[in-house]
Amino acid sequence: MINENEFKVTAIKDGTVIDHVPSKQLFKVIEILGLENYNNQITFGMNLESKKLGNKAIIKIADRFFEDDDINRIALIAPQAKLNIIRDYRVVEKHRVTIPEIITGIAKCANPHCVTNHQPVETRFSARPSGSGILLTCCYCEKTTDKINVIR
Amino acid sequence: MKSLISIHDFSRDEMLHVLQRAAEFEKNPHQTLLDGKVIASIFFEPSTRTRLSFETAVNRLGARVVGFSDVKNTSVSKGETLKDTIKTVANYVDLIVMRHPLEGSARYAAEVASVPVINAGDGANQHPSQTLLDLYSIQKTQGRLNDIRITMIGDLKYGRTVHSLLQALSLFNARFKFIAPPELQMPDEYKACLRHKGLPFEEHTDLSNNIDDADILYMTRVQQERFQDSIEYEKVKNSYSLKKSMLAKAKPTMKILHPLPRVNEIDADVDDTPHAYYFEQARNGIFTRMAIIACLLIPGFSCPATAQETESKNELSKIRKT
Repeated sequence: MINENEFKVTAIKDGTVIDHVPSKQLFKVIEILGLENYNNQITFGMNLESKKLGNKAIIKIADRFFEDDDINRIALIAPQAKLNIIRDYRVVEKHRVTIPEIITGIAKCANPHCVTNHQPVETRFSARPSGSGILLTCCYCEKTTDKINVIR
Repeated sequence: MKSLISIHDFSRDEMLHVLQRAAEFEKNPHQTLLDGKVIASIFFEPSTRTRLSFETAVNRLGARVVGFSDVKNTSVSKGETLKDTIKTVANYVDLIVMRHPLEGSARYAAEVASVPVINAGDGANQHPSQTLLDLYSIQKTQGRLNDIRITMIGDLKYGRTVHSLLQALSLFNARFKFIAPPELQMPDEYKACLRHKGLPFEEHTDLSNNIDDADILYMTRVQQERFQDSIEYEKVKNSYSLKKSMLAKAKPTMKILHPLPRVNEIDADVDDTPHAYYFEQARNGIFTRMAIIACLLIPGFSCPATAQETESKNELSKIRKT
């Protein structure tokens, strides 16, 4: 059954719907997935009602199907996001994002003395869930933080 | 072991293996094992003990040293990236020993270098050869590493040596006492690590009443720049100064360690007591660093459980008895 929110954003024939994205993180999710350079149809809605999040965003990407490794990159900022795979206007698969063990190049290290903040080094963190959030440990300076500062 | 970057990379057995090798080198410090090898000693920030100790270890193994201890005379001052410096130096040598002020710089150097890298200190992060020489000193003086009662004193908040030593000794069922002013207490993450492993610890602000049951007193320097209020510093600086009179009831086997340099945290009258061990500790750094370098550069040297190994264990037990 299609609910009222689904009607607010144009349906797609084939592709991926990313649901339960916190509204505030919508544009960061678009950036992390590199969707600004994608040429097919993308529709999105934000500030939609959500029982879980209170307020959510939804992104519909036509003719695009993601590898798990790619989509899990958004787990840092949208840990409750759900993916619906659409074929011929129907949901054929549902996935949740899972937190990758290693997160590369998305977040900035919170330690001002870390080499990644002074030299051209791609950041790398080991990630683990902590309560409702995520703890990141920098693979370089070994500092752990729950402050997630997304750079891409 | 390809590089030595962090004490976290070591298992308990790997640590014990390096210590065994160090004991062998202490018995026979004049070696030609690395004849023909060249080792870079690149220090992007000042050091006396660590640099000289590493360079002595290299020389005692029969290798030669190139390097710098002042970046002013290098291309770094022209804006060269760390990656470019490391990739260039790695072309010249068989191993790189590096100290750098940025945390994580050693891990990064090891990733871009084609030769092994030894971290001789990366800012406030890690200084693993210091931890291994501390373990060697504890083992050598106490005859064991298990069930040590260690009292750590001074700057427990920022001191990387106490953090790494705590993590290493937590693998050997140690009991800890932390003595520090309120501003410089052991950070929660390290105490959480001990709780997680079920290891007991106590925290105190008073030094004189917490010496008698210790096997090891690990002293660190309380630095003025750690205090926002200089009056606070003046108040506490002498409270964490160890004097001979405070050692009257100490265990006869208790030893005092300090990563050095010391300023006023150990009174000079302690130097002549049988408890003073900090200068021997610095000497142990040579043998420990010889062991680290040899394990990285000699194929098979780091492989445990050989016939030679059993022999070296016997040698180690002989050393312990002396």
